[in-house]
Amino acid sequence: MIEMVDVRAGYGKNEILHGVNLMAPKGEITTVIGSNGSGKSTLLRALLGFLPVWGGDVAIDGVSTGKMKEAEIARKIAYLPQGKNIPDISVGRLVLHGRFPYLSYPRKYKEKDFLIAEEAMKQMGIWELSEKQLSELSGGMRQKVYIAMALAQQAPAIVMDEPTTYLDIGQQLMFAEMIRELSGSGKTIILVLHDILLALKVSHRIVAMQDGKTIACKAPEDMIASDIFRKLYGITVKPFQTERGRQYYYETDEKWVPPFL
Amino acid sequence: MRSKEKNWRLLFGGAASVCFLAAGFSLCLGNISIMPVELFRILCGGGEGISRSILLYARLPRTIAALSAGAALATSGAVLQNVLSNKLASPGIIGVNAGAGLGVTVCCALGVLSGYGVSLGAFAGSLVTVCAIFLFSFRTNASKTTVILGGVALNSILNAICESITVLDTDVAMLSIDFRVGGFSSVSYTRLIPAVILILFAFAVLFTLCNELDVVTLGDETAQGVGLPVGKYRLLFLALAALLAGAAVSFAGLLGFIGLIVPHFVRRLAGNESGKLLPLCAVSGAGFLTLCDLISRLVFAPYELPVGILMSVIGGPIFLLLLIRYKGGRRND
Repeated sequence: MIEMVDVRAGYGKNEILHGVNLMAPKGEITTVIGSNGSGKSTLLRALLGFLPVWGGDVAIDGVSTGKMKEAEIARKIAYLPQGKNIPDISVGRLVLHGRFPYLSYPRKYKEKDFLIAEEAMKQMGIWELSEKQLSELSGGMRQKVYIAMALAQQAPAIVMDEPTTYLDIGQQLMFAEMIRELSGSGKTIILVLHDILLALKVSHRIVAMQDGKTIACKAPEDMIASDIFRKLYGITVKPFQTERGRQYYYETDEKWVPPFL
Repeated sequence: MRSKEKNWRLLFGGAASVCFLAAGFSLCLGNISIMPVELFRILCGGGEGISRSILLYARLPRTIAALSAGAALATSGAVLQNVLSNKLASPGIIGVNAGAGLGVTVCCALGVLSGYGVSLGAFAGSLVTVCAIFLFSFRTNASKTTVILGGVALNSILNAICESITVLDTDVAMLSIDFRVGGFSSVSYTRLIPAVILILFAFAVLFTLCNELDVVTLGDETAQGVGLPVGKYRLLFLALAALLAGAAVSFAGLLGFIGLIVPHFVRRLAGNESGKLLPLCAVSGAGFLTLCDLISRLVFAPYELPVGILMSVIGGPIFLLLLIRYKGGRRND
């Protein structure tokens, strides 16, 4: 379980998070939503130990991340950042770097690391691409490669910042299916998503952020019942039933004014 | 994976053979030729007369200097390119060599002429320069071309300071003629041994941290995500690149372009994986510079063309070609 209690953090002297609370239970998908600039990515950075925490605490399975080294945190949480470089590297080598937190003297990957990377690529269906250069792949395939890298990291939790940004609708649906499977296999998943309909479909719980604070942390149905979406985006989310289960849509108020104006 | 590994071994074997042959020719050929049998005898402690003196006090230090400067500058270029994510970066172009040159000039002006003093002075100069470039590129989020242009500007400033010191201090002026162009005609063991020790130290650390260097190139957040403290390692790699360039400049002078040309060609042949790139850069750089030095010695014999001039004649056009290919001839970034 990953827990953030009353966390304050920021950049330089500028405090961005003003007391954030989050709880991500094992094997569940927790999604952070909020408008641009609400502090979602900063929350992830504080959670992963990239930013020093000025107040409160971040704990993984009850152990504060402040007491853990970088590699130790990486063995507990794998991270897929939002804006990823496209380095000149082969798919196989990139996935192998998922084993980096386990490197020890003499700082070389072992046979076991190669086997785990191979397994992760097979799981993501990209094994035949292992010799290809990352730059030759489409956005969706690259995302799969980075997810394979996270799987090779063998961390019990995976944190993803805007993972669907470069994906078309078909790939987004495949992605939703895939993270459901990962969560089913016991992985704790924390997502930051702008697409609230996708968030409602895949998440076990949703955390809403506004102005550097978490203003709600509820199951999707409870989130719809509250007026959080109106408060955040000026919209109302409504469910409807289809043959393939519960679906969602949203509509704006009659005289819709974006809440950020 | 296996075929790539085999290809790399073939490439490395080929480059090492060329390097070995270049070193052999460099020791044997000159105004007075030394036969391989005699060379072997002298290196084993035998031999006598003028051949022995020429070999041990002129050609051997010169060959070691060319091998180590070539290896150091080519590897330094490859590391800088990876850390700055810019394939046009090299110690000669972004001012690292000029920083080392300023360090050496300051040492000479202050009367610090010991081998270690000059090597450390060169290292300090190149380290300050590399840190300035690093701060410039990351704090201002400068584009890749802007980083190069910033480096060229810094190069010019550092050279101007060097010139000023040279004009004001006539002793330094005497020392700096060979140094400006770059060459091995006046290399001595006193300057060479401390620098070679520093180069070997930098290689030992770098070759152990090849995976770390690769992870740095994945981008800050991805690297942090796999547990690498990016800031610390970026600084460490820049310091090692500066140490390699500084140590080479301390005895070889301002040799340009080798840190650009060699990594560029090695990347095309062996890819970007540091574990393969760096050793191949070191061996290829060593062989290439030794060959260039041999040519510059023999072509106009008994006169000698400083190897720095030959490097510029080869490197200048290649750099232009690279710029055109890299930007595809476009005007905008």
